[in-house]
Amino acid sequence: MADLKSQIIAQLNLQEVKPEDIGNDQPLFKEGLGLDSIDALELIVLLQQHYNIRIANPEQGPEIFHSVRSMAEYITAHQKQQG
Amino acid sequence: MSNGTAYITGSCVIRQHQVYNNGVLRWQDTPGTALPEFLRNGYDHFSGQYPKFHKMDHLSRLGWLAAEVLLQAAEVEDHLPGQVAIVLSNRSTSLDTDARYYNTVKDIPSPALFVYTLPNIVIGEICIRHGFKGEHAFFTTEGFDAELVRSYAQLLLDTNAATACICGWVEVMDGAYEAALYFAERREVSGAPLFTVENVKKIYAGNMR
Repeated sequence: MADLKSQIIAQLNLQEVKPEDIGNDQPLFKEGLGLDSIDALELIVLLQQHYNIRIANPEQGPEIFHSVRSMAEYITAHQKQQG
Repeated sequence: MSNGTAYITGSCVIRQHQVYNNGVLRWQDTPGTALPEFLRNGYDHFSGQYPKFHKMDHLSRLGWLAAEVLLQAAEVEDHLPGQVAIVLSNRSTSLDTDARYYNTVKDIPSPALFVYTLPNIVIGEICIRHGFKGEHAFFTTEGFDAELVRSYAQLLLDTNAATACICGWVEVMDGAYEAALYFAERREVSGAPLFTVENVKKIYAGNMR
């Protein structure tokens, strides 16, 4: 998950945040890391660029992007599906 | 027609790695520092504690930084948020960011860049930072046009649409940059110069507060 945190920081240009500042289960939006709607779009781009994952159903977004852990689990599950 | 009764109560000029506030050099970076590093260093020097700064495009960062310096010395808190207007202008609109965004389109378009492909976004960033809710406008002109911005701002002040107005020039293109902001108030402030074209030109030229 450390790599994913670094990718999130780079993708969202969070220059004042370090990977260790982001808790695995810390909410990424609102009261957590404080990301906004544009950041959500950038996270979708991150999945596409780094993991070749396209989110087919936008309604999955809040679940997938709840935390670093939920993102990592989604990526892992998607990679297993790809075989 | 303007009645001309407004005053310039503060200014900030940024060019050539130097930051002037009310005509006085407040800070300078190492000559030759590239724009992104200059903006980051200026942010660290004058502000900090505003992470959204790093997500802005160069135009918004420059305008935001100039407003930050300008308003640290201006008595903007004396005005209601809905009575503070912002009227800015530049030559290259958002073309610098437009080109960066266009380059991402070849791969995956960047949402974070797309939201800055309008020049007036810099006004929004300043408003968010300071809570302003007044009138605003952004003009694109061939060069610094003191009369255009002054006349529009004066109209806002004369018609009671605003009691104060942040005015000026914020230009970024291909690494070149220049900002010249000034704060105009309808109320009389002792010793403050009149809000005239001549005085605005002096600020831009660096010859007056």
